[in-house]
Amino acid sequence: MPATFTRTPADIERKDPGIGGKPPVDRRPTGGGGGDDNWDNHPQGRRGPRELLTRYRLGLFFALAGDLMFFIALVGAFFVRQNAGHFDPRDNYVSDWHPLAVPPILWINTAVLLLSSGTIEIARRHLFHEVDVMEEWLGLGRPAVRRASPWLMGTAVLGVIFLAGQWIAWQQLESQGLFFASNQNSHFFYLITATHGIHLVLGIVALVGALCALFLLRRVEMRQIVVDCTAWYWHTMGIFWIFLFVLLTYFQ
Amino acid sequence: MSIQLQQTMQRRRGLFTTDHRTIGIRYLLLSLLAVAIGTVLSLFMRIHIVSPDLKLPLFGQIPPEGYLALVTMHGTLMVFFVLTTAPVNGFASLILPSQIGAQRMAFPLLNAIAFWLTTLSLVVLLGAFFVPGGAPISGWTNYPPLSAITAAGPGQATGMDLWLVSIGIFCFASILSAINMLTTIVSKRCQGMTLLRMPLTVWSWLVTAVLILFAFSILFAAVVLLLSDRHLATGFFVPTGEVINGLLLDRANSHANGSPMLWLHLFWFFGHPEVYIAVLPSMGLTSSLLANFTRRPVFGYRFMVATTLLIGVFGLLVWGHHMFVSGMNPYAGTAFSLMTMAIAIPSSGKVLGWLAMLLRGRDSRVHPMPTPMLFTLGFLSFFIAGGLTGPVLAQPILDAYLHNTYFVVAHFHLIMAMAGAFSLFAAVYYWFPLMTGRLMHETLGKWHFWLSLIGAYATFFPMHFAGLAGQPRHYAQLIGSTSTFLSSLLPLQTGITHSALFLASAQLLFLANLAWSARRGKPAGSNPWRATTLEWASDLTECRVVRGPYEYNFQSNLSDFVMQCAAEPEQE
Repeated sequence: MPATFTRTPADIERKDPGIGGKPPVDRRPTGGGGGDDNWDNHPQGRRGPRELLTRYRLGLFFALAGDLMFFIALVGAFFVRQNAGHFDPRDNYVSDWHPLAVPPILWINTAVLLLSSGTIEIARRHLFHEVDVMEEWLGLGRPAVRRASPWLMGTAVLGVIFLAGQWIAWQQLESQGLFFASNQNSHFFYLITATHGIHLVLGIVALVGALCALFLLRRVEMRQIVVDCTAWYWHTMGIFWIFLFVLLTYFQ
Repeated sequence: MSIQLQQTMQRRRGLFTTDHRTIGIRYLLLSLLAVAIGTVLSLFMRIHIVSPDLKLPLFGQIPPEGYLALVTMHGTLMVFFVLTTAPVNGFASLILPSQIGAQRMAFPLLNAIAFWLTTLSLVVLLGAFFVPGGAPISGWTNYPPLSAITAAGPGQATGMDLWLVSIGIFCFASILSAINMLTTIVSKRCQGMTLLRMPLTVWSWLVTAVLILFAFSILFAAVVLLLSDRHLATGFFVPTGEVINGLLLDRANSHANGSPMLWLHLFWFFGHPEVYIAVLPSMGLTSSLLANFTRRPVFGYRFMVATTLLIGVFGLLVWGHHMFVSGMNPYAGTAFSLMTMAIAIPSSGKVLGWLAMLLRGRDSRVHPMPTPMLFTLGFLSFFIAGGLTGPVLAQPILDAYLHNTYFVVAHFHLIMAMAGAFSLFAAVYYWFPLMTGRLMHETLGKWHFWLSLIGAYATFFPMHFAGLAGQPRHYAQLIGSTSTFLSSLLPLQTGITHSALFLASAQLLFLANLAWSARRGKPAGSNPWRATTLEWASDLTECRVVRGPYEYNFQSNLSDFVMQCAAEPEQE
């Protein structure tokens, strides 16, 4: 391992940077040159940790944009089907849309999800706290990881509570006799909560993965990226839930 | 050899490699397999129309529903696995990083995962031929209730489920690719490569990736809803009171009254951007190749960028022109009709720009015209021929007659299939030196071009007349009814079948050329076409871009072309 600070362009493969890489702190956001349009100072080859973080955030952003389109398709269908109806034997147009009252436990679930967004944001910020990050980068222990882990675990627990609450809401509807296939808008209630729930399950899997990654990944930049992307995904699922919840509660 | 080179070669050979060039070539091979199968299916269709009693190999005598299965699988294979995979995933993986001066894509592992998911999707789709009931029969568009009821027809049970699973996987893989492409273009451009210095191929991949992100997410939602209708007894798409095969559909637990119109809206909201996904990379390539072979810059680079963006945006707003006769609100039909005519404006702008390039470059063009240039001109020809019937079909009142006739078949085969195919041929002939270090055989290429051009026009142009005469699509045979209307079209259809067989045979020249040139082709230099774009640069590690992408004969005192990353233009 070269004990220098310069890196040749040929040295592209990822290695344990040790002392040779750049610390992933915000003082030099573009990893050594000008940002914006100061192209002359933009380093070639291996970019700084900020670029790496931006790249992963961009990828996540595009993935979530596609996901948003998926939910928009379901919401679009939701609005279209509100005009669902049939002609009865006397040629009257009878609506098939029977708005259902949202089980009150969903309000508690919403609060739980918002709280979990708060906890994961605290975890994320611990990972970017400059003093802790510098200590980790210098190899002096893992204070940022130590501080962030309990908050991540808390988020996972709150996520599981949310999902349990959703399940209870389903049980409550089923005890009233409203199943998935009962009528048009019960389709949508179950479908919307189920797809959001599946995304949340993926989020919890990502949280568990992030917790493992915090202890298994050797580079502090990658630890930051894992937690950061998980946090943004979690926040987005929270925002989606707010829209979907308002939709189900007030727009039936 | 150096450790670096050894490691690069090992990385490229592994089965699960993340090397973008290997993945690109594998995508192209996947598309080649899909196009071969799709072509064989289309030949079976053509032969069946003119001789319905003939026993075909592997299928025996095809019953009418078997014909519909051929139609469905032909459409699915060609639209998804050839026209979406090859120009977008295949060539973008191969060429995109080099054209923006990057060493690799933003997420190489995602690229590999997307490739293997696409392969899995193809395997699942082809599996539909082998399950009881066979392949689905509802067309690549799969309108309910035919597609939503498992008992509605042969192949609509397991075959249809396999189709839905396959396309679901394909949607997911495409979205992963699009994420990869977008992040690469936004964040991995080399020093000096501003957005307005990118080659037009890269712009087209940018817009295409955004369209994929929007359109395939909607298709995924539609597939989920259809699977739910089929297996979870919901009623998103199926009206109550449906009578299937004489039996009233008993959906005792779910008299939820669905509507096929919901599927049509969701599907065509995907389906129209899909055709722009298929054709935008071809347009970008055409601009690049015309510049290269006329030795002049692109006519109005910013104009071309603007038209690409406009086509992308408008393409999201015109889906209803597939639904004029579906019972949609006629005022909505008017709106979609106007939008569709509006999208002809940027498209015509591009065509006029290309014609201007040809006019301006008539003195300086490469002589004799190499095969990639011939195929680019072929693309232009088919794009104009197919595009001119677009505004015709965009009028609801004309579409009321022409919908579901062979006129529509002629339109989209000319503008999407043939133009897309010719552009893919141009891309293969042009970038073959990058894949293998050799040039493809010129004479064989020219024969391939001329035979294909003649065969394609002979096959698809007469379909306009069949459509104007009123011949509907998807009819398995033209004889056997008491009226003479359909059988009077038999001579025309026989001619089309003969031309189709001729066209398919001409592609054997291409396959032979590929196989021969990969081993025995003339070794190309590092830049055989004397191009300016970065994929032809010999060394990208110190790349710093200081000029636009198409500086051919830009200034009279400089040499014929200036590479985009050259430090100083060579003085003559």
